[in-house]
Amino acid sequence: MRSSITRRTALRTGTALLAAPALVERANAQSAFDWRRFRGERIEATVQLSPRGQLLQQSSKEFEDLTGIKLGLEVVPEQQHRQKTIVEFASGRPSFDVTEVSLHVNKRQVGKARWCADVKALMTDQTLTAPDFDFSDFGQGMVNYATQADGRMDTLPAFADYFILYYNKELLAARNVEVPKTWDEMFEAAQRLTDTSKQVYGHVGRGLKNANVVLWSSYLLGTAQRDMIDANRQLITDTPDAVWAGETYRKFLRDASPPGSIGFNWNECQTTFMQGRAAMWLDGIGFAAPLEDRARSRVAGKVGYAVVPRGPGSSHHCALFGAGYGIPETSRKKGPAWLFIQWALGKPMQLRMLAEGRGVPARASPFRNEEAIGRSPFPRDFFQSLEASSKIARAGLPEIVPVTQFRDVIGTALTNTISGADVAGELKRATAEFRPVLEQSERES
Amino acid sequence: MSGGAAALPVPATAAAKRRRRNYARHYAWFIVPAAAVVVAVILFPWAFTLYVSAFDWRLGGERRWVGLANYAALFSDARFGWAMLRTLLYTVLAVVFPLLFGLAAALAFHRRFPLRGLARAVFILPMMATPVAVALVWTMMFHPQLGVLNWLLTTAGLPPSMWVYSASTVIPTLVLVEVWHWTPLVMLLLLGGLAALPVDPYEAAKIDGATPWQAFRHVTLPLLMPFIVVALIIRTIDALKAFDTIYVITQGGPGSASETINIFLYLQAFAFYNMGYASAVVVVFFAIIMALAALLLWTRQRVRLT
Repeated sequence: MRSSITRRTALRTGTALLAAPALVERANAQSAFDWRRFRGERIEATVQLSPRGQLLQQSSKEFEDLTGIKLGLEVVPEQQHRQKTIVEFASGRPSFDVTEVSLHVNKRQVGKARWCADVKALMTDQTLTAPDFDFSDFGQGMVNYATQADGRMDTLPAFADYFILYYNKELLAARNVEVPKTWDEMFEAAQRLTDTSKQVYGHVGRGLKNANVVLWSSYLLGTAQRDMIDANRQLITDTPDAVWAGETYRKFLRDASPPGSIGFNWNECQTTFMQGRAAMWLDGIGFAAPLEDRARSRVAGKVGYAVVPRGPGSSHHCALFGAGYGIPETSRKKGPAWLFIQWALGKPMQLRMLAEGRGVPARASPFRNEEAIGRSPFPRDFFQSLEASSKIARAGLPEIVPVTQFRDVIGTALTNTISGADVAGELKRATAEFRPVLEQSERES
Repeated sequence: MSGGAAALPVPATAAAKRRRRNYARHYAWFIVPAAAVVVAVILFPWAFTLYVSAFDWRLGGERRWVGLANYAALFSDARFGWAMLRTLLYTVLAVVFPLLFGLAAALAFHRRFPLRGLARAVFILPMMATPVAVALVWTMMFHPQLGVLNWLLTTAGLPPSMWVYSASTVIPTLVLVEVWHWTPLVMLLLLGGLAALPVDPYEAAKIDGATPWQAFRHVTLPLLMPFIVVALIIRTIDALKAFDTIYVITQGGPGSASETINIFLYLQAFAFYNMGYASAVVVVFFAIIMALAALLLWTRQRVRLT
């Protein structure tokens, strides 16, 4: 009896079996979200030069492979990036389809001019938004931070930057000093830890004008007043609480910091701390990665991380800064641009941001990933400080259009106090100088 | 025919005029590209800057006509006044010292000595470095605790300096960077001048029994003066427009201690986005530079004539 299975049938069956997995995968992909609907298009994105920007740069091919969209990614140093985007927005024809917006600097300016599209509209479009995008995963604090006063959300929050306390465990242990819980304790500890004969100082912090305002605002956040403008959007930077914050700033910078701190920005502070010449440093969490780099840092493995100390007020806050990604209203490629933002701020990329110490993601889920946290080069107290800071974070700069001018004027006053000028007098003068600028800006808003 | 035409001067002049007119008519189009570029990159920006200076305009905000109010505000702005004074101080120091050191170096390198070519090449190396890279390296060297300069000072038994981290030493320290960077350029300009000097006056001076100092004072210096004036003009323009080094090293700080007019202008335009006011600064600064350039050119002309 002849077999019914011919050679031809066997070949057909074999081919079908081999092709089956690919066909199933294709069928699934078609039934799921179509990431490749804009394949062949090209978009331009511009982000700031930072560990986050570099992560996007290194991973951009993954986006191109996923979507088939050609990505032109421009990475520009922070200050130049802000200038470039504002000038291009003002021209009416920005060259980019996606841009990073510093929320603590440009949020109100971008919102007032309505330069960016409301991403909420894109989020509700199910043909454009992947089912696993999960907007509820974004921390409420960051969502609020990225939302304009009129309810529009013209950027999707990308990352947060909290001010935290870095301390050198070895130096503190050598003098039997506890991690300070209040500003007064911290000043006392800083004085005890200062040893000028060894050129080791208890504290290092920003003295350079403009950059230094965020240190002063960290002290101010610990007072009953907390903010720099009141509910009527009036300047309150010469009040008793503001003067107390100024006095605190001056005593830290004059009496417990290295000589020359008056010209220090974050990079000089970071270098001083990394070389073991300062016991405590208050600054953004985003500067942590080099501290744990054994090739560059003398304090790698010895750094402690803690939330900022408390002030005399009943509330306890740390200064919050951050950025979001937005799509220009004039962009003709909002769809592909929105796919880029979904990918760049998706769960996998945000997890990588946290695990590689590149910044604090705006999403909450990375903090719950114990496995990734366990693999991270950062110690457990780093993540604990992050979590604790996220609960007490409050904007470290006022949400006003001329925020850079605010930093310049108040920053100059603070710098003058380090040289010996009277704190109350300087803040009064600076407040009087900036008040008309703010009033004009608010009139135009 | 042509001989006859040459004999009649009046018709010949008319023909020449006609030829010139035709020539101009035919070839006038050739200047159009150059004229278009000049209009696009020089005249239009200037006219627009003048126009913008009459507005109160912040990028992203409303534009309001204010006439000459920006200029009036500028002349009552103490910060602008201080920035002008600092620019003047910085310019004087950053011109005088490179000229003195450059002249001394040119005289030294004009003499014949072993490995002179190598020494000259090494001396001009700073001039070839990128200003921003130079500024970053100097910033590291100026660090009060970790910088090599204070280590050298303390090793030599001298007290450390605050360099750019103190309001009292920041301008001289920035001038130090400028001197290091640009003295070689002055040296090169003056070395070229020295090589071009005639030998006869020196022989005459030698016969008259002049000392080396007298030969320098009464022969070299007067003959070299046109070259010195050229170096002075180039250095003055360079020092007046100095921005990159100052911005990278101090950003105008501590406080406003090194805020020159260029830093002030940059802040107004690209940090505060105050375009109207910044345009007024540009116009005033341009007028000052034009006046200074005219003065320097007049000086150069006088030196050449004498």
